[in-house]
Amino acid sequence: MSTVKEKVNATNKEAQLKQSSYLEAISLALWEELERDEKVFLIGEDIGVYGGAFKVTEGFLDHFGEDRIIDAPLEETGFIGAAIGAALTGLRPVVEIQYADFISCGWDQIVNVAAKMHYRSFEPVPIVIRSPSGAGLRAGPFHSQSPEAWFSHVPGLKVVAPGTPYDAKGLLKSAIRDDNPVIFFEHKYLYRRLKEDLPNEDYTIPIGKADVKRFGEDISLITYGAMLQKSLEAADRLISEGISMEIIDLRTIYPLDIKTIIDSVKKTSKAMIVHEDIRTLGIGSEVAANIADAAFEYLDGPIKRVTAPDIPVPFSPILEDAFLPQTDDIVHAATELFNY
Amino acid sequence: MRVNKKIKIELYYYMRLGRAIEERLESLYRQGRMPSAIYLGRGQEAITVGAAMALEDGDTMAPTHRDMIAMLPRGMDPKMIFAQHYGKVTSPTKGRGEATYLGDMSKGIFTTVSMLPDFYPVSAGAALSFKLQKMPNIALAFSGEGATSRGDFHEALNFASVLQLPAVFVVENNHFAYSTPVDKEMKVDQVSTRAIAYDMEGSTIDGNDILTVYESVKKAVDRARSGKGPTLIEAVTMRMKGHSGHDPMKYVPEELLEKWRKKDPIDNYQRRLQKEGTLTKEEIVRVSEEIEKTVEDAVAFAEESPFPREEDLVLDVYR
Repeated sequence: MSTVKEKVNATNKEAQLKQSSYLEAISLALWEELERDEKVFLIGEDIGVYGGAFKVTEGFLDHFGEDRIIDAPLEETGFIGAAIGAALTGLRPVVEIQYADFISCGWDQIVNVAAKMHYRSFEPVPIVIRSPSGAGLRAGPFHSQSPEAWFSHVPGLKVVAPGTPYDAKGLLKSAIRDDNPVIFFEHKYLYRRLKEDLPNEDYTIPIGKADVKRFGEDISLITYGAMLQKSLEAADRLISEGISMEIIDLRTIYPLDIKTIIDSVKKTSKAMIVHEDIRTLGIGSEVAANIADAAFEYLDGPIKRVTAPDIPVPFSPILEDAFLPQTDDIVHAATELFNY
Repeated sequence: MRVNKKIKIELYYYMRLGRAIEERLESLYRQGRMPSAIYLGRGQEAITVGAAMALEDGDTMAPTHRDMIAMLPRGMDPKMIFAQHYGKVTSPTKGRGEATYLGDMSKGIFTTVSMLPDFYPVSAGAALSFKLQKMPNIALAFSGEGATSRGDFHEALNFASVLQLPAVFVVENNHFAYSTPVDKEMKVDQVSTRAIAYDMEGSTIDGNDILTVYESVKKAVDRARSGKGPTLIEAVTMRMKGHSGHDPMKYVPEELLEKWRKKDPIDNYQRRLQKEGTLTKEEIVRVSEEIEKTVEDAVAFAEESPFPREEDLVLDVYR
């Protein structure tokens, strides 16, 4: 396997589109931002010598050195807090939380120190916390969670959850250049399963902007993360039923792009939300409330949610598959809504 | 270390100013003229002022709620302190933050939070930042002894030690975490013994003797600045007021307070300076007058300042 550095060189030489996995897209964004801005540095567990639990930073230590790729002791509060301190004194740290499940170990530093800093002191806190989240890898209750809703309830944080390699690269660059704390949830199921052509030139995707991944007429389906792919699969199958789905990929969870959602619902008059986080007070609740508030008179059916149930993420494959929303579930819910 | 006369007088001045500000805050609080809670550091002035005076421009400092007066030697204007307690828009937080949770990064003062010691890891990060940027600065953070039982304390000291960062951690052991006495907080006799776990320099000092504090912290600061790593300093003192303004601290035995009243850091230091001829009666009067005027001006500034505007409520959550 070639390193990211070799891939970057290859893309530079070829000066053409290059197919990259979701993981490579994230890796490239980090590499290019480290090259672009000497204030950027990475810190996290096992990111240096080992190259990261998922190998996102493989080869980085040799190229950038140990002042910029820092292997931290096993202490999320310690190194998240330290990253905040570094951000307040002129640097732009990018923290890797090995699995998003462990981000709760650093919760207080994120929500009480980083999030509330600018409102009270007007000091920027340019920190990115990368957290591989999501289920589907048979990893059990402590390596599979989707904690994006927790952080969307904390004013002062931005929460990003890209669903494609292209968006992941562009959004991570925006996050690193942003002067606010950004929690960046990368879906680990997509790491090596999803590939797409990436442009060679530098580009960013704005935080706070949803993307209509497919235009349609009958139902607005709002989703993000790994559920985007299942939603697109469902949309393909629904075409034969004569149901035209509009698929909105939120990309950013907070701030939520309400306008894109409402514009779509006003057109289709039917809305459903698909996410793999649990149901109660998930992002779907907030999306549904906004639709009810701003597009009530346009609705021609109930706002439906396809989500995981309110339980921990189970391990055994049969249980995990039942826990996760599947393409069949989306097709079923969409058909019901269409026929309402 | 010989402390020169100028520094000695400044140490004296800032302790006096700090106490005068806190006494005024307490009376305003009792009169119900300020919406804010108050957290007084009476009796601990030698630690806060002594440690702050050991810093240089460009260093960072992270006070706790009880260390507000540490900001004075770093350049915080007393007007800002009163405006903050009044909730006025002229304060550094523009009325968003209460009590002693104010700061000014241009002076190296973090705007800290109520959770302690959250700014131990943050200060370790500032120290990391100085090291990575090859800057000659250090980061100093305060904590009470109670907060040394929290995980943040351990993680910060471990982090700073493993990475050999230019940081100084000052623990004010004032015998009580709110109402809980030290023997219910920890089994060790001295907080500084916790430094052993990090293979870190640690010492316990008399926190009511400002020259001891200044010299000890200066030594640790110099050590950090020269790349020799972090230090933990436990300064032993006594919290002479309740945890906050509403707390009459009936849980503290009167004999204990009486014992510590005799160790008052300002009274003893003033006598010492007079005895050695560094401070005359005339100078004491002059300092008192200057401080009185400074405090009067600061209170007037706060009272005359406007409140924040309601329409600005939702601004500045993000950059």
